[in-house]
Amino acid sequence: MPKRIAYKIEIESISILDEHANFDESLGAGTLRDDEAVFLYEQMTIVRHYDEIAFKLQRSGRMGTYPQNKGQEAAAAGAGFAIKKHAPGSWLVPCYRENLALFLNGLPMEKILLHWMGDERGNQIPDGVNILPISIPIGTHPLHASGLAWSLKYRERVMKEARDNSVVISFFGDGASSEGDVHEAMNFASALKLPAIFLCQNNRWAISVPISKQMGSETVVQKACAYGMHGVQADGNDIFAMYKVTRDAIERASNDMKPTFIEAVTYRLGDHTTADDARRYRDPKEVEAWFNKDPLIRTRKYLEKKNLWSADKQTALEAKAKEMVSQIVKNAEGIAKPTSDDIFDYTFATLPDEIIRQRDTMHTHSLGQNPSQETLNAHTHAGAR
Amino acid sequence: MSAVMDAVGALPPRTGDRVIQFREALREAMSEEMRNDERIFLLGEEVAQYKGAYKVSEGMLEEFGPKRIIDTPISENGFAGLAIGAAMYGLKPIVEFMSWSFSLVAADQILNNAPKMLYMSGGQWGCPAVFRGNDGAGGQLGSTHSWCVEALYANVPGLKMAIPSCPYDAKGLLVTAIRDPDPVFFLESERMLGDKAHVPEEQYAIPFGQAYKHREGDACTLVSFGRPVNFCLEAADELATDGIEVDVLDMRTIRPLDIDSIIESVKKTNRIVIVDQSWPFAGIASEVMAQVCERCFDWLDHPPVRVTTDDVPTPYSKVLEQAYLPNAGKIVKAVKGAL
Ligand SMILES: Cc1ncc(C[n+]2csc(CCOP(=O)(O)OP(=O)(O)O)c2C)c(N)n1
Ligand SMILES: [Mg+2]
Repeated sequence: MPKRIAYKIEIESISILDEHANFDESLGAGTLRDDEAVFLYEQMTIVRHYDEIAFKLQRSGRMGTYPQNKGQEAAAAGAGFAIKKHAPGSWLVPCYRENLALFLNGLPMEKILLHWMGDERGNQIPDGVNILPISIPIGTHPLHASGLAWSLKYRERVMKEARDNSVVISFFGDGASSEGDVHEAMNFASALKLPAIFLCQNNRWAISVPISKQMGSETVVQKACAYGMHGVQADGNDIFAMYKVTRDAIERASNDMKPTFIEAVTYRLGDHTTADDARRYRDPKEVEAWFNKDPLIRTRKYLEKKNLWSADKQTALEAKAKEMVSQIVKNAEGIAKPTSDDIFDYTFATLPDEIIRQRDTMHTHSLGQNPSQETLNAHTHAGAR
Repeated sequence: MSAVMDAVGALPPRTGDRVIQFREALREAMSEEMRNDERIFLLGEEVAQYKGAYKVSEGMLEEFGPKRIIDTPISENGFAGLAIGAAMYGLKPIVEFMSWSFSLVAADQILNNAPKMLYMSGGQWGCPAVFRGNDGAGGQLGSTHSWCVEALYANVPGLKMAIPSCPYDAKGLLVTAIRDPDPVFFLESERMLGDKAHVPEEQYAIPFGQAYKHREGDACTLVSFGRPVNFCLEAADELATDGIEVDVLDMRTIRPLDIDSIIESVKKTNRIVIVDQSWPFAGIASEVMAQVCERCFDWLDHPPVRVTTDDVPTPYSKVLEQAYLPNAGKIVKAVKGAL
């Protein structure tokens, strides 16, 4: 028998606005309108400032560890905006490097600061906003995204509810793509034909581990193709490319009930988190090269070329960003401290006796679960024989 | 709450002549709830076409169709996580693990996600999912396949855990589990699935956190949960021939744990023997013992006694496995020793 090719695959890589602000008219036509590009540039600038302030808050002891989004704003902007525009009400299942996608879809900006300040209420998402809390275990949340997508489909097919074009999008990193959970999530989404989008921000590093040590594969997206899923790579620092691939993925999900994997190629310009110092393990030349690919710079250049932006507008925007963020910080820091009852509430839908007992004894001198143990030295066993 | 000896409130009588298997009782609980609530679906390995590895879901694919009875890939962590996501968006999944032993590969989803979702979202998104499957030594399945997960898992706040010992409780507790808004871990036993007893046809829900007193006596309090409750009853029969009458308390749920009923009984008998089919170190028996010591130390006339397995991996050999597990003989000895 002659050998035959069992399977062959090609994966597209999409770039529309490159680092020199060259715009590909043929791919870019019908993507973002001028006013939308301006809007996203403004949003990216605001979250960049937000990021810098968050960093300073941590350094001055006013916040816990914070993972900067710096350099990756375009991936969140393009994808988040496509969701907001074409599939509002969709579920967003985040990790921690796509703040702007969450803000664009209704998450109040102080929530993320509150979260990293160590306040659980940062995860209390307002009603009507379909965003899950930030997931700290790496890569475990895309499974929840598959479950939500399953629910979208089930509600229509079994419960006969009207379905809009909502989809579920999960965000995770290149490192997360090594976790088994992510692979199980992809397999389920593909096998069960779910309206899910997997958005992997390949920022080339997982803390200090470079992509070359993380995986032997050329791309991240090819992993998804192995599950029979459509996959595409995009320039993650290009709002137009990110918008386009996400919009296509929304269509594939809501029209055809098929998942898509998007690999956004980007770079973490900052440290992994405020607890890290990336200078210890990254070549400064590599970092510098990526600074030149900064999404804010190329988007601004593009807008300037089209006469959509000016130095005055920039000054005004920076002032606005400063004012906005300082108000957000005030809101986050101004919230009253939680009361100790909050430790117990939310453990169960209805608090069981044993938790109520613990809550009550917390306000006494009891050492344990037993209210009669108020003090250990007073031997007060009333009914003891 | 006080342990009940007879039907309370709306619960139907425990005795009668509608004798069915434990597995059928489980199936009745699921099917009837599914008929009434289309948010409920069952997923797991082999649950549809094959009717479940242990035939618990026989006939359910025919009745509810493949959209609600779902054969999954072999991916415990995967379908556990999928269920959590689905539960967060308004569905009520029942996840069948072929064995709880295989849930260990799903540990992050079931322990680190399901029980914490409500808490971490400040009360926003709960996880009304039921995870069920066989727990404990199934009979020569070897140490990796004979897990009792109760001690390990019950340590985590935010989840509930039910462990029936008989078909009547299996049905009533599973109904409650399915209706519960929080994640419930439901522990069955392969060794009991064929057990037969009267099970009422109607749907009934046994409240969680309420022990059942199978037998009344004042010589000693005998406490257990799940399969070894049956060994306790055997032991109680044997003890009765020597004129020793014991209270036999079946906890039915480990979380919540009806410690009040245990305390009440100990205050009467002044002795307690706790039977646990798992390891002795930091087990559920240890927890019961700790709470008894905290709350009624002065009523005890003898140190609390535990009957557990030996502190070794579950042996594969039949004779060794039998020697390792609790049984009626060991319980009789323990009670006599505590008198
Ligand atoms: C299951 C798990 N393992 C390890 C960690 C510790 N950890 C936090 S972030 C991180 C790197 C993640 O890298 P990547 O997925 O590429 O995301 P990035 O931080 O680069 O955006 C690691 C190992 C964790 N949070 N969860
Ligand atoms: Mg990374």
